[in-house]
Amino acid sequence: MISYPRWKIALVAIVLLIGIFLAVPNLFGEENALQLARDRAAVTDDDRTAVEKILKDGSVTPSGAFLDQGRLTLRFSSKQDQLKARDLINEARPNQFTVALSQASRVPEWMRNLGLNPVKLGLDLRGGVYLVYQVDVQGAVKQLLDRHEQDFRASLRSARVPYQDVTVDYPGNRVRVMFNDADGFAKGKAAILADNRNLTLTDTTVNGLPALQLTLTPQDIKDREDSAVQQNIVILRNRLNSPELAVSEPQVARQGLDRIAIQLPGLQNSAEVKKILGKTATLEFRMVDESNNPLEAAGTGRVPLGSKLYYTRDKQPVLLKREVVVTGDQLTDASFQPNTQDGPAVSVSLDARGAAKMLKNTQENIGHLMAVVFIDRSREPNAQGVVVDRTTEEVINRATIRGVFGNNFQITGVNPIEGRELALLLRAGGLAAPLSPVEERAIGPSLGQDNIDKGVHAMVFGMLAAFIFMFVYYKVFGLIADLTLAANVVMLTALLSVLGAALTLPGIAAVVLTVGMAVDANILIYERIREELRIGVSPRAAISAGFDRAFSAIFDSNVTAFIAGLVLWLFGAGAVRGFAVVLMLGIVTSMFTAVMGSRALVQVIYGGKRKLDRLSI
Amino acid sequence: MEFFHKVTRFPFMNTRKVWYGLSTALIVASVALLVFRGLNLGVDFTGGVVVETNFAQAPNIEELRTALQKAGVANAQVQVFGSSRDIRVRLPPDPNAKGDQLGAHILEVFTAVSPGVKLQSTAVVGPQVGQELFVKGGWALFATLVLILIYVLFRFTPKLALGAILAVLHDPICVIGFFALTQMTFDLTAIAAILAVIGYSLNDTVIVFDRIRERARTARRLGIAQVIDESINQTLSRTLMTKLVTLLVVLALLIFGGDTLHAFSAALVIGILAGTYSSIYISSALALDLGLQTDDLLERKTTKPEEVDGLP
Repeated sequence: MISYPRWKIALVAIVLLIGIFLAVPNLFGEENALQLARDRAAVTDDDRTAVEKILKDGSVTPSGAFLDQGRLTLRFSSKQDQLKARDLINEARPNQFTVALSQASRVPEWMRNLGLNPVKLGLDLRGGVYLVYQVDVQGAVKQLLDRHEQDFRASLRSARVPYQDVTVDYPGNRVRVMFNDADGFAKGKAAILADNRNLTLTDTTVNGLPALQLTLTPQDIKDREDSAVQQNIVILRNRLNSPELAVSEPQVARQGLDRIAIQLPGLQNSAEVKKILGKTATLEFRMVDESNNPLEAAGTGRVPLGSKLYYTRDKQPVLLKREVVVTGDQLTDASFQPNTQDGPAVSVSLDARGAAKMLKNTQENIGHLMAVVFIDRSREPNAQGVVVDRTTEEVINRATIRGVFGNNFQITGVNPIEGRELALLLRAGGLAAPLSPVEERAIGPSLGQDNIDKGVHAMVFGMLAAFIFMFVYYKVFGLIADLTLAANVVMLTALLSVLGAALTLPGIAAVVLTVGMAVDANILIYERIREELRIGVSPRAAISAGFDRAFSAIFDSNVTAFIAGLVLWLFGAGAVRGFAVVLMLGIVTSMFTAVMGSRALVQVIYGGKRKLDRLSI
Repeated sequence: MEFFHKVTRFPFMNTRKVWYGLSTALIVASVALLVFRGLNLGVDFTGGVVVETNFAQAPNIEELRTALQKAGVANAQVQVFGSSRDIRVRLPPDPNAKGDQLGAHILEVFTAVSPGVKLQSTAVVGPQVGQELFVKGGWALFATLVLILIYVLFRFTPKLALGAILAVLHDPICVIGFFALTQMTFDLTAIAAILAVIGYSLNDTVIVFDRIRERARTARRLGIAQVIDESINQTLSRTLMTKLVTLLVVLALLIFGGDTLHAFSAALVIGILAGTYSSIYISSALALDLGLQTDDLLERKTTKPEEVDGLP
């Protein structure tokens, strides 16, 4: 009898069974589906019932439906049903859901509820758009300095302290408040510190006059940059999830220090999405400076202190107070109303802070004019081909405050297309820092299918070649190797399914390569057994020696390949990362199947025999 | 079936000057090709725009070129890839160009020439990103080599480790030389393949070293050169068999994997060939010339017994 502990055989069998079970969801295939999402809210069971009723009334029957991560997926057996269902839902519940066309697996619901899902396909296999944006983190730091500047001015104004000027020094990363005299300095410092307790300010002199200085520390700058990227990610997610865009399963992730990568599976035309993603439109509410003449300011270019010159859509100059009553990021909700009595409007809700400010402002200013400024920042190449920031600031509406209001009101003066977009952008929030596209890859669905076919062909033929070779060269032992190779692919599929790692075309290549490397381990063992047999060792001892002695070589050689995979994973992105993941997982599974798996099989085949004269190797 | 009935007796160590010469020639040729011919870097590294289209019938490339020129798409490279109906357009990085619109624009121009064109894929990579990816790729190669060196140092003696790393260096250089020679597009997947080759090519070296270590302990009376020769010969059969099967599999990738995997599989094929050669002919020989002694290999046994050998 060859000695090999029974528990190890049992362990191999159990692991393999679990592997098969986890890999099973991949056998069901996919069909056309609709994916319903709600803007900033999860789709509920009630929604599901409602949608199913809508479809029933329209006599379309989905072949399956499930709720996952706040999204409802409905499967249909035909393309016509899918499209008809989309129209039905959009008609019955306009603007309530994002309805995106997609593909979904036919995995039965009970399996899905157990967390069993098929392998996710990467964009190169599924088709879709991959975008990388560069976040202008420097712009975010500058914004922070500007905000401090405004805050300081506001503190000094409300404390009625005279001051000379507040300046922002970028890239020096500091804000300076210059005073006329020591008395002003003392009062001003007290006023500013009272409003900004957590800031560290230093005393200094500028041109012989006392001044107060705020310098951002490297940590402040890093925090600001980080939060700008994080905030942008949240905002991009919000934008992608809005019903106006209808994309399915968007993925937004940070890439490196200052980049954001977006994956939009199945998306064909990226133009509209990109237009929305890169936009930085927002609103500001400011009081109109009624005591000065805007025409005079525009003519002479001398703008009165405390005011800023703006233009309306029809190029009329307007003077607005420097202080902002409420900014766009204090909005909690915005929706477009195409037909109000004053024409198209965007109705907005403010958060508590914004509402309190608006309430106070309207109480104090009844009968005065308040203006809404529309700010649109975009990055575009200019005539010389240099990418520049273009900021458009326009007064879209001026209205006399007739009554006191707080958190809910309407803004008129927008055109219908702009109003819809503005509502979306306001709802999703303003970008914390401007974005510019640096990389874009789009893969059409037919190319995706083509890639799948090619990958599968390569895999099938590669594995067949390896299988036949092993069987011819090592006979029964070759067959054992073939079984363990098959088991390796099953285990790899199981792991990929469970981990939810996306399979890319290079990933398929890695599966193929893993098969080649798993064969390595088997060959190492078998050649060792042959060697032992050649020098006259008994078959049993040869088997033991083969497995035992080959292990250290197998282990060492796999570690080096694993290191390469790890580095690739750390450095790579997209499809190449998919290669690295599969390579690393494949090394782990192949170690298990080739060493423990084949040992167990050898034991099962030869272990029971009392007399073992020769091996089929 | 068995290709190697008897253990071969090739005098690898005595002939090592010949193999050094061959390797040196390969490396010099590769470096010369790299310097004088350069790599045909893919859009991943140069930045720019690549638009791939599929025609209903094979189009006339000249006609497409003129049409693009007339439409104001300057500096476009138009080439066939895959089948004659697949046309790829490549443009240098241009801040004025907007990827998606460019794809649609090219599609329009092509449809006017020959109706029934489908847009297969577009890739727009900013010049900044391209440069970064290239630098990162270089760092990844370096990091892999260093990490593997550390591991081999930890597992074997310094002389063996150094021999292994020097021999392994030879493989990516050959692959890069091959890309310079054929002007095949060198992209991110090629780097992935090179890294995989580095990891994988060390397999054989490690296996030979393992055997050298084992032989040195059991056959102490033999000279180190003889131990190395015997070890390489004894492991020759498995080295060649494993590489043969892996090559079979990788050839399937090269033949069936299509255009996307072409550079990747080609890099693997060349890398595996170079790796097999270097681990048989170069790595152990280098260790010998670095002054490897039988004693170097015995030392470890007394200080640190093999822990992993006893596992399943």
